[in-house]
Amino acid sequence: MADIKRHILTVQVDNEAGVLARVVGLFSARGYNIESLTVAETDAAQHTSRITIVTSGTPAVVEQIEAQLRRLVPVHGVVNWTSAKGGIEREMALVKLDGGKRDAALKAAEPFKARALETGGKTLVFEIMDAPGQIDAFIAAMRPLGLLDVSRTGVAAISRDADAV
Amino acid sequence: MSTDTKTAAKATQETLTGAQIVVRALKDQGVTHIFGYPGGAVLPIYDALFADEGITHVLVRHEQGATHAAEGYARSTGKPGVVLVTSGPGATNAVTGMTDALMDSIPLVVLTGQVATHLIGTDAFQEADTVGITRACTKHNWLVKDVNDLAHTLHEAFYIATSGRPGPVVVDIPKDVQFKPGPYLRPNELRLRSYRPKTDPDVEAINKAVEMMAAAKRPVLYTGGGIINAGPTASKALRELAALTGFPVTSTLMGLGAFPASSPQWLGMLGMHGTYEANNVMHDCDLMICLGARFDDRCTGRIDAFSPGSKKIHLDIDASQINKVIRVDLGIVADAGKAIGAMVAAWKAQNKKVDAPALKDWWTQIETWRAKNSLAYRPSKTTIKPQYALDRLYELTRGRDLYITTEVGQHQMWAAQRLKFEEPHRWMTSGGLGTMGYGLPAAVGVQVAHPDALVIDVAGEASVQMTMQEMSTAVQYNLPIKIFILNNEYMGMVRQWQQLLHGGRYSHSYSEALPDFVKMAEAFGCLGLRATTPDELDGKILEMINSKKAVLFDCRVDKTENCYPMIPSGAAHNEMILSDAGDGPGVSEEGKMLV
Ligand SMILES: Cc1ncc(C[n+]2csc(CCOP(=O)(O)OP(=O)(O)O)c2C)c(N)n1
Ligand SMILES: [Mg+2]
Repeated sequence: MADIKRHILTVQVDNEAGVLARVVGLFSARGYNIESLTVAETDAAQHTSRITIVTSGTPAVVEQIEAQLRRLVPVHGVVNWTSAKGGIEREMALVKLDGGKRDAALKAAEPFKARALETGGKTLVFEIMDAPGQIDAFIAAMRPLGLLDVSRTGVAAISRDADAV
Repeated sequence: MSTDTKTAAKATQETLTGAQIVVRALKDQGVTHIFGYPGGAVLPIYDALFADEGITHVLVRHEQGATHAAEGYARSTGKPGVVLVTSGPGATNAVTGMTDALMDSIPLVVLTGQVATHLIGTDAFQEADTVGITRACTKHNWLVKDVNDLAHTLHEAFYIATSGRPGPVVVDIPKDVQFKPGPYLRPNELRLRSYRPKTDPDVEAINKAVEMMAAAKRPVLYTGGGIINAGPTASKALRELAALTGFPVTSTLMGLGAFPASSPQWLGMLGMHGTYEANNVMHDCDLMICLGARFDDRCTGRIDAFSPGSKKIHLDIDASQINKVIRVDLGIVADAGKAIGAMVAAWKAQNKKVDAPALKDWWTQIETWRAKNSLAYRPSKTTIKPQYALDRLYELTRGRDLYITTEVGQHQMWAAQRLKFEEPHRWMTSGGLGTMGYGLPAAVGVQVAHPDALVIDVAGEASVQMTMQEMSTAVQYNLPIKIFILNNEYMGMVRQWQQLLHGGRYSHSYSEALPDFVKMAEAFGCLGLRATTPDELDGKILEMINSKKAVLFDCRVDKTENCYPMIPSGAAHNEMILSDAGDGPGVSEEGKMLV
């Protein structure tokens, strides 16, 4: 098997009805993998949205994914941050603990720069914003400390260069 | 658009009802014929059609028939086919034809009625999520909830269906939108912000291509339906390129007619039921020039054994086709006519020469393959062999203004092998989807577009029963289509696979309880003919051709004839089964998994 790698794709689309269904439907119809997906309108005046998809596949499969995405009528452009390099990726997560090991948890969270949110005492909820790998590590660290629930946003990505998508 | 032109456009803007907008948009798009079936959710549009003389509506008997008829119309004219159906079952019945058109890149504009906007999502009577259902079987689709968006959406629909890689589109129009007044915009006021199909080839890629061609020792031009879709300039350019280089030419099922079958450079069709010479050329070539084809599995056979020693050039208007199935050395994304034309021009301008001695050796090799005569069959004096029937059909229709459609099965492959096409747009068949029931309604659409031509559907007795009711449409509109049924009393292609792959266990592939096709023809008001022996065949075929009526021809052929040559699933091009007598490589366990 050729090397399967993780890729982050940014898809700029017209924010019209059904556009997300088209993108997601393409992935399921052709058997591609979606690890995470984020979408929101980024330019209200132009009605354009940015979809960020984390996927994995061999170079040939990822080349096909990009080409298939470009075929969709409402797609303006596709950028692969993994091949374009220089991209910044961030994800936000809310992580809830039962509060039984409150002090240990607060201490363990410090190096991750996770912020404890007010919950009224019973439970403990952290907010963390970081690269996805760091969030994985944080969740792993919280697991023995009474982890109850996790909500992650999926990845948003942008380039360091001067250009836009 | 500048403010000036904007106000100018406003000043000339007309207000029409949604239904009138539909009819006006069709006329402004040059539509003269539509294929449709009425129902509650499209009644306002039918009302607008009633009031207008400019568009001929062909009433089908089933919405699947409308889509295939529109496909036949489109493929035989190069214009988009237009379909009008109601919501719910009207739309779902049209899904097969849309999928067929998507697979074979046929431009269709399908207008579907929808329940009123305030009822959407309430499981209203005859409500279906049409854009949801058809998202996967259209190039693009729209639900128009606001009459202000109707005119530009319709024009965009035509543009998207016909430009780039053509395909079917759906415009779903709720009934209240059809009643509401709104502004009419003309076709030149498009608002598309994305979607920019690339049609001009890169000069560098063209130069590289002609360089590779000049260096080739064992080249082949592997052509497909893209050349036909690209219009007459593409076929013309292909003929020029072939003449300049002397390269051998083969084609997919969809591309037949782009290159004349009478040319000595023509190898016949390639693929699962292609000729021995075409498939061996594909396997042994050192340069494969793929023009408007897509390395479909029926053409490639086993991928890891596909043309192992060749460099490959792939020209396609759809960038996603390049490297999809087969990695190529040079991809060219462009319109086939423009790109092949550019190759011809570059070849001439750069004064390129082929490697003549190598090409001579290549042709010597090709002639030894050709000498196998792989389409030969054992003739019979008592039973009509299907191959014989098609050979006679070909001979007796030569020189006529002829269009052929087919159903799906053995008869389709025999027709592709034996009928010889000299021009594009003359051959209509369901390639990608393999839709039984395509050919009869497609013939209706072809005959609508070419009222004086001879239009023949080469059919199987099983396929033809899937859309038989469209004979009634043919009678209503005086369309003298000829349905030439190669009646072997079997789903022959299924029977063949069961013989070769499933130990001769003929599970549910016998055409039991067949209707009497001659009586059936009479019941429809057509002419029914039957031939059971070879000696009566010519006379009956002539009677069919000369009849002014639609004809159902029950041609009783050998029940167990197999279609050869055949590359079994999972085998390579050089592992063909040549005839009943020959024992081929057999089918591997993996091959059995394939269809
Ligand atoms: C709608 C549809 N259903 C099933 C099939 C599978 N199939 C392919 S060929 C075939 C048999 C066709 O029989 P007939 O029309 O008599 O043609 P023959 O092969 O006998 O020439 C079948 C069932 C298909 N292609 N399309
Ligand atoms: Mg049959």
